[in-house]
Amino acid sequence: MQLTSNRFKQTARAKLADTDLQAALNKLQTNFVKGRADRVAELDNFEAIRDAATAIRDRALAHLDVYLAEFERNATAQGTVVHWAETTVDVNRIVCELAARYGVRKAVKSKSMVSEECALNDALEAAGIEVVETDLGEYILQLAKEPPSHIVAPVVHKTREQVSDLFEARHHRPRTTVIADLTREAREVLRPHFLSAQMGITGANFVVAETGSTLIVTNEGNGRMVTSLPRVHVAITGIEKVVPTLEDVTTLLRLLPRHGTAQTTTNYVSVTTGPRRADDSEGPEHFHVILVDAGRSRLLGGDMEAMLRCIRCGACMNHCPVYQSIGGHAYGWVYPGPMGSVLTPTYAGLENALDLPHASTLCNQCGVVCPVKIPLPDLLRKLREKQFARGLRPWSERAGLAIWGWTARHPRVYALLSAVGARLLNWLGGTDKRIRDLPGGKGWTVGRDIPAPEGKTFRALYAARRAENVRK
Amino acid sequence: MSARERILARIRERQGKPYEIDPVELAAVRTHLAAHPRSPGPRDAWDVNVRFRERATSLASTIDEAAVLSDVPALAAQYLRGREVPPRAVCWRELGELDWRGAGLDVEVRPAHGDDLVGITGVFCGISETGTLMTLSSPHSPSTVSLLPETHIAVLQQARIVRSMEDAWALVRTEVDGLPRAVSFISGPSRTADIEQTVTLGAHGPYRVHIIIVGG
Ligand code: SF4
Repeated sequence: MQLTSNRFKQTARAKLADTDLQAALNKLQTNFVKGRADRVAELDNFEAIRDAATAIRDRALAHLDVYLAEFERNATAQGTVVHWAETTVDVNRIVCELAARYGVRKAVKSKSMVSEECALNDALEAAGIEVVETDLGEYILQLAKEPPSHIVAPVVHKTREQVSDLFEARHHRPRTTVIADLTREAREVLRPHFLSAQMGITGANFVVAETGSTLIVTNEGNGRMVTSLPRVHVAITGIEKVVPTLEDVTTLLRLLPRHGTAQTTTNYVSVTTGPRRADDSEGPEHFHVILVDAGRSRLLGGDMEAMLRCIRCGACMNHCPVYQSIGGHAYGWVYPGPMGSVLTPTYAGLENALDLPHASTLCNQCGVVCPVKIPLPDLLRKLREKQFARGLRPWSERAGLAIWGWTARHPRVYALLSAVGARLLNWLGGTDKRIRDLPGGKGWTVGRDIPAPEGKTFRALYAARRAENVRK
Repeated sequence: MSARERILARIRERQGKPYEIDPVELAAVRTHLAAHPRSPGPRDAWDVNVRFRERATSLASTIDEAAVLSDVPALAAQYLRGREVPPRAVCWRELGELDWRGAGLDVEVRPAHGDDLVGITGVFCGISETGTLMTLSSPHSPSTVSLLPETHIAVLQQARIVRSMEDAWALVRTEVDGLPRAVSFISGPSRTADIEQTVTLGAHGPYRVHIIIVGG
């Protein structure tokens, strides 16, 4: 997917003015934020389960090489072919080669964020292969030629009228704005594709080392179709998605749907182990799994390692006041919200996502809700430090911080400047002591007033109190 | 060096491990995989039979009770009549011997096609924690039967209702030799909330899941 993260500010401004989007984002808060809280409250022993989930992810990462090798061994024993891809370009090459080998003309896909990282659809289409997204949301985006704006609810930014327009234009059927009818229409249009495609492409929420299985969770049933009906099934997933055992995956499944869609369980959990067996009447003849690095291994052993625990539930974005205000597109790549603000700069380069580590109030809502306890604000703060150390911040900010640093080390100058500054702000506040237009600080005052400082400065009060104590 | 070797080498290097897989670490990992210990789950005690029915219903599945297996065809026929669904279905082999014809149903034993309206399957076990059906694919239990038709009727023995997904895996481990190609956990009719976050039943899979519990 094309990277546009460095246009964060412009896009965010446009999204703030988009009233349809704002309505959708408000609804997201009721549905996903309140819903998650309710589902978690119902789950007895939640904190112990969350601790266990975190430990499971840490265990997998600590022995990542060994678990991957075990997964490969057990998957291969079942007839699965395991591929390794160092880059997103390699992923596209492998899938196109497989498509050529098996004479694939049409591929059906169930939602895969890794394939979005790769811009796989473009690569397949360039190779002359028709690609059909089958998750309803992803299908709508494919028709609209837009990127997803949420990892779990990709089309949350669209209204039903917009979907009706698209369907009417592309399906040539009578227009409807009834959501159930739109859903049925998509079902009827997509069903023949499931039955006629030669290749099914999926992601994997987890891969299980113990059994060599891949696992996907879906609500629509498209995941089951894509893994059962076409002759070839290709599952594409990050190397960090390996989980040791079926028991371990069970623990993660108690948390993923609760945090993602406020469900106790998704409608379908599909565990796929190898291709069609001898005597089976259905299932793909060929099953390929592509394990993708694309920047992940670089996070190991460093200060961003915890990010690899991520199970892509989306809770951090649902709870983020910045995401809640601007939606996902402004983040400019596959992953929005706090997790995206960590992943985009680490995968795509610090210099290519300058605003993302700053697109956070560091309120720690994300850290509090993350089911695998990723300290997202800490990671964002570290990315800010890295940006500064690499001289990637604008000169005005660097100069400002340098002056601040010098002043803070010279208490007399600091006292003088803060006293003058406080008086100046007080004067700017006028009679009602509210600053409505701060020169050089318009970005703040355009949306809200600053209460002007009144009375003595902290330093003056402190000095006075100390003098009093000495007298006593 | 292949991509595989380079990725594994990079992982080991980042983690300060020797170039080759450490045999001690490998042994520890294999021990963990062989032991597959359970992590803490919910502690609440519940009656699995009551909870299964409660949860399955809350996920929009409907439930019927059959005293014995031979009662199933009549219940299925009644259910389909009530919803004005034509009395034709495909089913798994394990249910093929039931007297469907006697109940007025035309039932074929075969995998489902895209235009079959009703699929009747067995169930490997029911999971009471979430009200979920677990099915295993095999030559005689194709997974399309629970997927392609608009109506899925699942026949579940009450004795096969377990507490948790962990218990379901334990049952697989004792009764089946390795995992089959497709293990499907089904929790009610397919659904989507992609358009305006409005939950709609019947996306690509069934619109209706009707569970007939036998021996309750
Ligand atoms: S960072 Fe945590 S909360 Fe965010 S998507 Fe990943 S697992 Fe979920």
